Amino acid sequence: MLPVEPILTTLTTGARQASSPRIALWVIRGPLSARRYWAFAITGLLFPIAAWWLASTAGWMDKVFLPSPQDVVIRIATWLTQGNLQRDIWVSTYRVTAGWLLSALLALPLGLFIGTYRPIQALLEPLMDFIRYMPAVAFIPLVMIWIGIDESSKIAIIFIGTFFQMVLMMAEDVRRVPMQQIEAAQTMGATRDEVMFRVVFQSAKPALLDTLRVTMGWAWTYLVVAELVAANSGLGYAILKAQRFLQTDKIFAGILLIGAIGLAMDQSFRWLHRRSFPWLYSR
Amino acid sequence: MAKCIATAGLGKIFSTAEGSTVALESIDLAVDASEFVTLVGASGCGKSTLLRIIAGLDQKSHGQVSIAGAPIDGPDVDRAVVFQHYSLYPWLTVVQNIKFSRQLAIHRRDITSADVEAAAGRAEALLEVMGLTHVANAYPNQLSGGMQQRVAIARALLPRPQILLMDEPFGALDAQTRDVMHDLIRYLSAIENTTVVFVTHDVEEAIYLGNRVVVMAPRPGRVDSIHGVPLPDERTQDMKLSPDFIALKRTILERIRETSGMKTDYDTLRKLTQHAAWIT
Repeated sequence: MLPVEPILTTLTTGARQASSPRIALWVIRGPLSARRYWAFAITGLLFPIAAWWLASTAGWMDKVFLPSPQDVVIRIATWLTQGNLQRDIWVSTYRVTAGWLLSALLALPLGLFIGTYRPIQALLEPLMDFIRYMPAVAFIPLVMIWIGIDESSKIAIIFIGTFFQMVLMMAEDVRRVPMQQIEAAQTMGATRDEVMFRVVFQSAKPALLDTLRVTMGWAWTYLVVAELVAANSGLGYAILKAQRFLQTDKIFAGILLIGAIGLAMDQSFRWLHRRSFPWLYSR
Repeated sequence: MAKCIATAGLGKIFSTAEGSTVALESIDLAVDASEFVTLVGASGCGKSTLLRIIAGLDQKSHGQVSIAGAPIDGPDVDRAVVFQHYSLYPWLTVVQNIKFSRQLAIHRRDITSADVEAAAGRAEALLEVMGLTHVANAYPNQLSGGMQQRVAIARALLPRPQILLMDEPFGALDAQTRDVMHDLIRYLSAIENTTVVFVTHDVEEAIYLGNRVVVMAPRPGRVDSIHGVPLPDERTQDMKLSPDFIALKRTILERIRETSGMKTDYDTLRKLTQHAAWIT
């Protein structure tokens, strides 16, 4: 009887572990199945909404300060049917994307050169570091004087908000390319241009796309600031106008819509990352 | 006839915030064409630095280095380098990594279709010899460290370099693979008259591969002694057990031990345990 017992114990514990992988959940950097991932993600998203719904319907707070989720949903519906939600979304998306794209087009070559050549780094990086601490809002009067009050001024504010950060992040991405990859190309007879475009740029691409994703998020945070400049449409403008009429439900609606668009864009970038760089995901 | 390497009074000084260290001091070394020279020595003796200067990747502080009489001006195609690790391109498959140099302008000049065919044939043969055919279309991060290193060696060998510089290339390989690589690299360098400079910390590897073994010593990095290897050009694994091999191994190990600044005699070791009562 005695020698059988330990075997039985191992058998049963083994079976228990197989039937309840709960134990594996808190392994440091352990894996998580897609199903569990979504279960956690949805819990994380729903919990604050449930708390909000509870707080607003329990009547603890005035509706003017905290509208209920139902109010906000109704507001979005009327905004869509009686207002011009589609135009607001389109205009805001255009402004954000245009400002961000302009930043990206200029930041990409600059980042490549700053990250590759020390003299260019010395020339530009301290300057960029200096400018990026300046608040984008403070540039509004200047932008209005220099550029005026049309579309380009809103795009300019978003550009100012994202460009300087973007350059510095991209320079850092380029600097992280392992020196061995560069040296290997040099010993195979690569010219400077070939090292730059066949190695440095190729190697930095995944990190650069991640930087584009992160800075797209920042560009959206500057939307309300940008639409302070004599706007008469857009999600940020709608939020500002709603404040004047104490329409807190519309403020909530605007903020949530910006969040939803941002989340969708973020997911698109992640999808693009998986599609473009299969070697990072094939193990 | 392959080119040869010569250094005269070569020195390298690294300057840091704390001051400067002499990494190499008056190195006079001549490597004949198609010779296989191995560099061994205690860590900090500057063997890797010397290799990097010959490769053109590091700048010398003083003295001369030349390839076939011409002073070195940066890295070039005549000197292929196999690094210790992390030099593969993760975004290219194994076969694309091996053929990477074919995309560079320098290899596309005056190219004939026969050249392209020859390169493709050589790439295929290298894949086969290295046992990589079945992973030709895999990405480097899907391979083990040893396999990645074999890809790096194949990549360096593809353009038939006249000079091959190797910096501890087999350090990450298991013993069996390493033996195969040894025979492979000796065979290829003999057939193609390649001049090889090979850095290692493994004395057995240095003797088995080298026509000459250069023992280097640290602080400051210098050549301590040079030993001719009394073995025939065609090497076999059981030569490692021959009396000549073992005698040379003993001599070289003694030189390294003497210059490393580490002491393992019993008086010194006893000090370790003498004052260790507080451990228990």
